[in-house]
Amino acid sequence: MVDIPYDGIAGIPPAEVPEVELYHPRSWWTRYVFSQDAKVIAIQYSLTASAIGLVALVLSWLMRLQLGFPGTFSFIDANQYLQFITMHGMIMVIYLLTALFLGGFGNYLIPLMVGARDMVFPYVNMLSYWVYLLAVLVLASTFFVPGGPTGAGWTLYPPQAILSGTPGQDWGIILMMSSLILFIIGFTMGGLNYVVTVLQARTRGMTLMRLPLTVWGIFTATVMALLAFPALFVASVMLLLDRLLGTSFFMPSLVEMGQLSKYGGGSPLLFQHLFWFFGHPEVYIVALPAFGIVSDLISTHARKNIFGYRMMVWAIVGIGALSFVVWAHHMYVSGMFPQFGYFFATTTLIIAIPTAIKVYNWVLTLWRGDIHLRVPMLFALGFIITFVNGGLTGLFLGNVVVDVPLSDTMFVVAHFHMVMGVAPIMVVLGAIYHWYPKVTGRMLNDLLGKFHFWVTFLGAYLIFFPMHYLGLLGVPRRYFELGDTSFIPSSAHSLNAFISVVALTVGFSQMVFLFNLAWSLFKGEASGGNPWRATTLEWQTPETPPGHGNWGKELPVVYRWAYDYSVPGAAEDFIPQNQPPRATQLVQGAAS
Amino acid sequence: MSAIILFLAVLAVIAGWWLSQQRLMAKPWLEEGSVGDFPGGDSMTWPAAKVGLGVFLAVASALFVLFISAYSMRMSVVDWRPVPVPRLLWVNTGVLVLSSVALQWSYVAAGRHDTESVKIGLLVGGASAVIFLAGQLLAWQRLGAAGYFVASNPANSFFYLLTAVHGLHLTGGLVALGRTSAKVWRGAEIAEMRLSVELCAIYWHFLLLVWLVLLGLLTGWTDDFVNICRQLLS
Repeated sequence: MVDIPYDGIAGIPPAEVPEVELYHPRSWWTRYVFSQDAKVIAIQYSLTASAIGLVALVLSWLMRLQLGFPGTFSFIDANQYLQFITMHGMIMVIYLLTALFLGGFGNYLIPLMVGARDMVFPYVNMLSYWVYLLAVLVLASTFFVPGGPTGAGWTLYPPQAILSGTPGQDWGIILMMSSLILFIIGFTMGGLNYVVTVLQARTRGMTLMRLPLTVWGIFTATVMALLAFPALFVASVMLLLDRLLGTSFFMPSLVEMGQLSKYGGGSPLLFQHLFWFFGHPEVYIVALPAFGIVSDLISTHARKNIFGYRMMVWAIVGIGALSFVVWAHHMYVSGMFPQFGYFFATTTLIIAIPTAIKVYNWVLTLWRGDIHLRVPMLFALGFIITFVNGGLTGLFLGNVVVDVPLSDTMFVVAHFHMVMGVAPIMVVLGAIYHWYPKVTGRMLNDLLGKFHFWVTFLGAYLIFFPMHYLGLLGVPRRYFELGDTSFIPSSAHSLNAFISVVALTVGFSQMVFLFNLAWSLFKGEASGGNPWRATTLEWQTPETPPGHGNWGKELPVVYRWAYDYSVPGAAEDFIPQNQPPRATQLVQGAAS
Repeated sequence: MSAIILFLAVLAVIAGWWLSQQRLMAKPWLEEGSVGDFPGGDSMTWPAAKVGLGVFLAVASALFVLFISAYSMRMSVVDWRPVPVPRLLWVNTGVLVLSSVALQWSYVAAGRHDTESVKIGLLVGGASAVIFLAGQLLAWQRLGAAGYFVASNPANSFFYLLTAVHGLHLTGGLVALGRTSAKVWRGAEIAEMRLSVELCAIYWHFLLLVWLVLLGLLTGWTDDFVNICRQLLS
């Protein structure tokens, strides 16, 4: 859409827009491929992220095959194993979760939920997707270059990341850095859009405190990402220069293959500081949109207003701010100045407070609610339980004295998979079941959905619960095989085989979900505009799926907050945000 | 990392001030009603593009401050040998100041609807920015000729890296400036172009400020300050 003139005084786009001012795709290409419509961009982002996410899923199967049945599969060697863990981690954290929550859900939901016609800079938004796609392609290309992708671990710590001996030292690491740099540039373009759209393009009456929590979550996460990703950018650029030009930003003097290397004086610790300055906020960049979305799912499917809305908003903002001062809790064993550890342990434990507030509020929203155990609600409940679980082990690891013996064991793997793997994925899946009817106009199949939920939820517990135990035994992470080690009992090996079988089963059960997505697109039950009887604006669009410009001729006007469910005296158990007060009063009058 | 923490603290104060204007203490479940019943919740009166530039400047500042953080941490290692800054950089700085002033002048002229002055301002601003970039390249060449290569010392590496990142940002700005100038030359209404010119001018002032900070860092004037900051953390 092109330059819709804004109201100079209120700063709000005009309610009515002449037809000529709207963005009209002129051809098939500009409608479906080089589209500037945030909804199309959202779908492009989601499909690309899911596609590369499936690659990461297959990589996890390969890793599990090796861990469960070491020595059985001759096509996996130690180098490949390291490449699998690296690419699995990198793809899942950055190219799947970040892109899906912000690029996918952000693009689709922000304009609809705040009552805008589109993002404020549609052209930049389109560029954002294409740069992201390029980043994904560069990343995927590393599987085909000589030497394969980098095997440095997703944290890419120097010096080993760029030394010979680490797989992918030739091309893999160079393309990995380039891909990250591209991703960050692409994300920044998108992120500017999400932030400014929330700030400047809200419709009349949509005050900040009337925003659905989904928007609050995505908005805060985007602000954080805009400030945290530059740290990864700086680290990537400097590491790339170390690798390509032989500078010594991070590289200390060391002996490589029996010869003194050209490097000298660099500080590997500096890289870790930069990386985790990005890396820790990244956890919340993934978690905050999940928090927001799950609040809306719970409120809608429990037919009850969210408990403590203000507290939820403050907690989101508070978590966002605090997450910038906890990064060094990833570095307790790095050799940094030891007393730092106590400062960072303290800040880490303080974050538990706003997080716990949110968990209590979700549970209190459920209390005495009219709970409908539909598939999105099942996933939302699954999220709460999983997140509490993963959060509690986070308290273990946040303490220096507990963390030191548990560092680099499977306990850490179990912790972060629970808290930022399984938990956000639960929300992603729940959100897809929730908003699929708005995107396509059809419902997903309920029976397949319930099957998908139970297999995924129970399976995730069977996979990651035993891993905590393995970690307590001292089983290290990132090891190709354990060999005959006296402190690891043979039961640990049986447990590994069990985990692998479950992981493959859960992985394949995701195919049921993919089938459901494809089948329902054509054969699903027609959903109508508001199948969940929800209050937020995206369910009130004149068309489903929403047309270009989202709102037809006139923008909606907002009269209330997003959580008017089961209001006493109201005719229905929900009141849409754009329903004027008078209509309710009339109904109330009739009732009394 | 103390530089970036200080920077974030400043941003947090700004964000906190802004949030405090947004009625975060409101009880939205009690506030049913039409537009205007509850003041203080509207968007800012700035145009979206200006807010967008503001957000972008915050991101770009974070990037530069992170580079500066890395610089201050790396320079404490014993192998650091400061680069003798080429005299040419002072000329370049002067040219960049001229560029910034010209764009500001152009913006002021746009307010008077003085098309000719706007054009001259844009032209001088753009040309001097290009000269600045050429001057930076020349400075690189001179350093290289004197034997200060990228990889021979971390101080050299940072010199090339920081000037390159700053130069790339300016190059990006030149694209925007080029588009704006093209529109002005094609005869766009000056009243409509005023915002674009203003945004260019703001971005130029920002890059000038960044350059002055980087120059202070590279010439070693700010060493004492950097030392104080480093001691804060250790």
